Amino acid sequence: MALSKHIDAEALIEAARKHPHHKILERHHREIHEGVYASRFDADAEVPKYKMPQVGVSSKAAYQLIHDEMNLDGSPLLNFASFVHTWMPEEATKLMMENINKNFADQDEYPATQVIHTRCISMLGDLWHAPKGQAIGTATTGSSEAIMLGGMALKKRWQNKRKAEGKSAEKPNIVFGANAQVALEKFARYWEVEARLVPVTEKSNYCMDPHDAIKFVDENTIGVMVILGSTYTGHFEPVSVMAELLDEYQKETGVDVPIHVDAASGGFVAPFAYPNYKWSFDIHRVASINTSGHKYGLVYAGLGWIVFRNADMLPKELIFELHYLGSTEYTYTLNFSRPAAPILGQYFNFLNLGFEGYRRIVIADLKNARILSNALELSGYYKVLSNIHIPAPKTASGVIGVAHKAVGAVPDLEDPESYVKGLPVVSFRFTDEFKEQYPYIQQSWIQTLLRNKGWIVPNYNLPPSLEDVEILRIVVRESVSGDLIERVVADLMEITEALMKNPDVPMLMATFTGQPSLRDEAHHGRLKKEDVGSGNTHTYARQC
Amino acid sequence: MGFLSTVPATERLEAHPDHEHYISSTVYGSALAAEEIPRFEMAEEEMPARVAARFVHDELLMDGNPALNLASFVTTYMEEEAEKLMVENLSKNFIDLEEYPALGEIESRCVNMIARLFNAPLDNKDAEAVGVSTIGSSEAIILSCLAAKKRWQNLRKAAGKSTEHPNIVMNAAVQVCWEKAARYLEVEEKYWYCSQGKYLADPKEMIDLVDENTILVCGILGSTYTGGYENIAEISKLLEVKNKQLGTDVWIHVDAASGGFVAPFTNPNLLWDFRVPRVCSINASGHKYGLSYAGVGWAVWRNTNFLPKEILFTVNYLGAPQVSFTLNFSKSAVQVIGQYYQFLRLGKGGYRAIMTNLQKTADYLAEEVVRIQDGTMFELMCEMRGKGLPLVAWRIKADKHYDEFAIARHLRSRGWIVPAYTMAPHAEQTKLLRVVVREDFSRHRCEVFVRDLKDAIDFLDKTPSEIIQHLANASKNNAKQSHKSAKVKHHHEHDSLQAKHGKTHGVC
Repeated sequence: MALSKHIDAEALIEAARKHPHHKILERHHREIHEGVYASRFDADAEVPKYKMPQVGVSSKAAYQLIHDEMNLDGSPLLNFASFVHTWMPEEATKLMMENINKNFADQDEYPATQVIHTRCISMLGDLWHAPKGQAIGTATTGSSEAIMLGGMALKKRWQNKRKAEGKSAEKPNIVFGANAQVALEKFARYWEVEARLVPVTEKSNYCMDPHDAIKFVDENTIGVMVILGSTYTGHFEPVSVMAELLDEYQKETGVDVPIHVDAASGGFVAPFAYPNYKWSFDIHRVASINTSGHKYGLVYAGLGWIVFRNADMLPKELIFELHYLGSTEYTYTLNFSRPAAPILGQYFNFLNLGFEGYRRIVIADLKNARILSNALELSGYYKVLSNIHIPAPKTASGVIGVAHKAVGAVPDLEDPESYVKGLPVVSFRFTDEFKEQYPYIQQSWIQTLLRNKGWIVPNYNLPPSLEDVEILRIVVRESVSGDLIERVVADLMEITEALMKNPDVPMLMATFTGQPSLRDEAHHGRLKKEDVGSGNTHTYARQC
Repeated sequence: MGFLSTVPATERLEAHPDHEHYISSTVYGSALAAEEIPRFEMAEEEMPARVAARFVHDELLMDGNPALNLASFVTTYMEEEAEKLMVENLSKNFIDLEEYPALGEIESRCVNMIARLFNAPLDNKDAEAVGVSTIGSSEAIILSCLAAKKRWQNLRKAAGKSTEHPNIVMNAAVQVCWEKAARYLEVEEKYWYCSQGKYLADPKEMIDLVDENTILVCGILGSTYTGGYENIAEISKLLEVKNKQLGTDVWIHVDAASGGFVAPFTNPNLLWDFRVPRVCSINASGHKYGLSYAGVGWAVWRNTNFLPKEILFTVNYLGAPQVSFTLNFSKSAVQVIGQYYQFLRLGKGGYRAIMTNLQKTADYLAEEVVRIQDGTMFELMCEMRGKGLPLVAWRIKADKHYDEFAIARHLRSRGWIVPAYTMAPHAEQTKLLRVVVREDFSRHRCEVFVRDLKDAIDFLDKTPSEIIQHLANASKNNAKQSHKSAKVKHHHEHDSLQAKHGKTHGVC
């Protein structure tokens, strides 16, 4: 082992800077330079980091400084860790930039933007089979805000119901799977609702099993949040089974527990890939649904949606009434002023793609995810935990299969319905044989080595009760083309085999990854985990 | 060459009117332009990107012109270079720190600059200030209330006392998000009410409302009604005395949504920020006088003791656990980048130059307004010369057969959006007009506005009251019509300030 000590990079630079004159921070005369780079105008230029500079710089210089700084960021295209959309057509980008100075909250000044918002809600309500003309909803910044709005409505309805019955409204609880995104737990903690986490198992497909969930339900349950598209493995939690169990529960106890569907990722996948699958408002127990426009809704980051079955699902005391010049508006939101551009981007997509366009993209995503899954399994090194590459079980498609045979047709291999339903996500880990044969190879090294090639593929633990299982996850988005899949498979195999063949590499990796993060500056000045203690989160905040 | 071409007979062409295909190269010539565009249900078929973009673009022509919107504090102009940076970064997700470490760095630098601008204490390395970017001041305020509530609960529990009836003490002229924060977080609202001529909280009367269940006192730096600053230093002084009497530990949150980037530059000696001993947290809107586009606000706390551990979430990014405190998760990164751009580009000198100009323009406008009809017409309701936000609020003092709303309506017909309001609860008989002076409202544009204002008054003076009444009714009906579409309509609520006092919530 090499001896090393931690070197403070900033102190190093400070020592190296021997002529501390003429810094941007300390210039006495206000002079706006036209030049951009240090070599052109100021050899000692230092970018202000902690204190606003006394004197500014030219717009070109400010642009170039930040532009260059941003080059340290990863490439959104190669970010396989995230569901968040990273590409839109030029026309959409242009449209959004034309409207970047519009404030969505300013309803009176921008009526056309409001009309477009209303249309988006209508289209979503229709897509999710809401009763005609009854659904209400709103755009949000993302699914987190939407989940809090959905949860708050559940809580208030429960409180009102309990008060009307003359019962205590003091100890509300909410039920969801341990695979939930952090936003669900955040809602519970911030709104003082007990979170009842349903443990997940390998048998339950790493997501909530309704038969387990029902055991957590009681008269104080404000609702069950069902996740359409677990972020770990992409599995859909069965909304219809949950609804049936809650129907039975209501028959037995008289307690009516509503469902909120967290369709952050699945809301724009299921309707297009599996048009006949029942998960939305066609199940009467579903009170509200949220989704992220910025995931498979194919819009840039900053857009979520929540839709309620009808106005009864949204208690009136939560709605704020705003009066502007001569008109009255009703709002339900945690944010106020915010950009209108993402909503316009969503409407653009609805027009541009239509149902067929969205379907075409989702089918391509699922196909690429299947190719990747199959390739990984064929290698023998990896076991795939997601299921979308497995042919659909006979019970569902068996009948159709027979019908196909009768007319001599083969099942359509491109049709997602021929396989198990889920998000275009591939979660995988080393096979047990591989682990046995190479016990010293750590799966997290794959992530590090892939990153060196530019790929971002996160390695993380499964939710509580399975947290000793590590998985690697690749999210297949619109911009992850078949070509990129080919390249990432090639790199994965090369890396894995290099680790297997060369006994020194693991040694080196162990040394390297044992060191603290080399990118200290990015974390400088941020609150660290140590500052707040640990172990207060039960779910994990996965990128999504 | 001499290839022979046939010339098809008209009849043959008409038999195959391939209309859709051969003129779809133009937007308005396409078959789509002759159809209704999908409004309530997604279409089955796709539409070319160019056509879709044009249709949405055209639809938006009905929106107002952001530059003529004098109602809003929200920034409507940024330099080309800033916009270019924003386009380049549209595809980045702000919370994805692992993938975009530079974004995290930029947020951290902005928090540092803002905390120092607000004079956060820098002398104790064990109690350093903390801050976070938000979507806007609403999120920042809800977060601050949440933290204060949790802190109060913990203190009460430790003392073995009830945690059932938390309350917030504030001026009833607060922005609607305070009411929202209180109602959503189940905290009682305790209001100090305005009265005729007194629109900023009276420190003594306000502190009298504080009791052992008070989680926070709100001070407003920049009332959205009159632009005035509340006397934070005095509130703090009285609060300290009160705390001693009651044995409580109540702190002040300063809502500096509009004033946070104005007061430090136009009124540097005003004590309102962390120099005031009892101020625990401050919020400011980056998208107001912070000069970035809509979608960025800031919340800063004096130190981590004000953020109880149980409301912070540890987000595990590969090898680097980060602590997060936010109501939103994934969000756009471009507004924060825009904020950092402005900090670098302008520096304190640049902000000072802009804010001073705005102040001068506001003072000019105020003087012109007062001068109309030899000073007999209007009375100013706002502060001048840097004692408040750069806005001008005024009311009619002369005996006229029309009101402020009629003037607003008439100005609207010239393209200007100038809101008329009724004053905050308990002073709602007072009506006023308000112009917010933003960066892009230059002196020249201001002169054009003054001309149009004078024209409006001349017109109204000469118009019989029946006609004015008729116009008012017509515009009310219009508004109803245009908003009929598919909006939620129901009447309800009895508890809000709006329901009790008809409080209008201004755009901001």
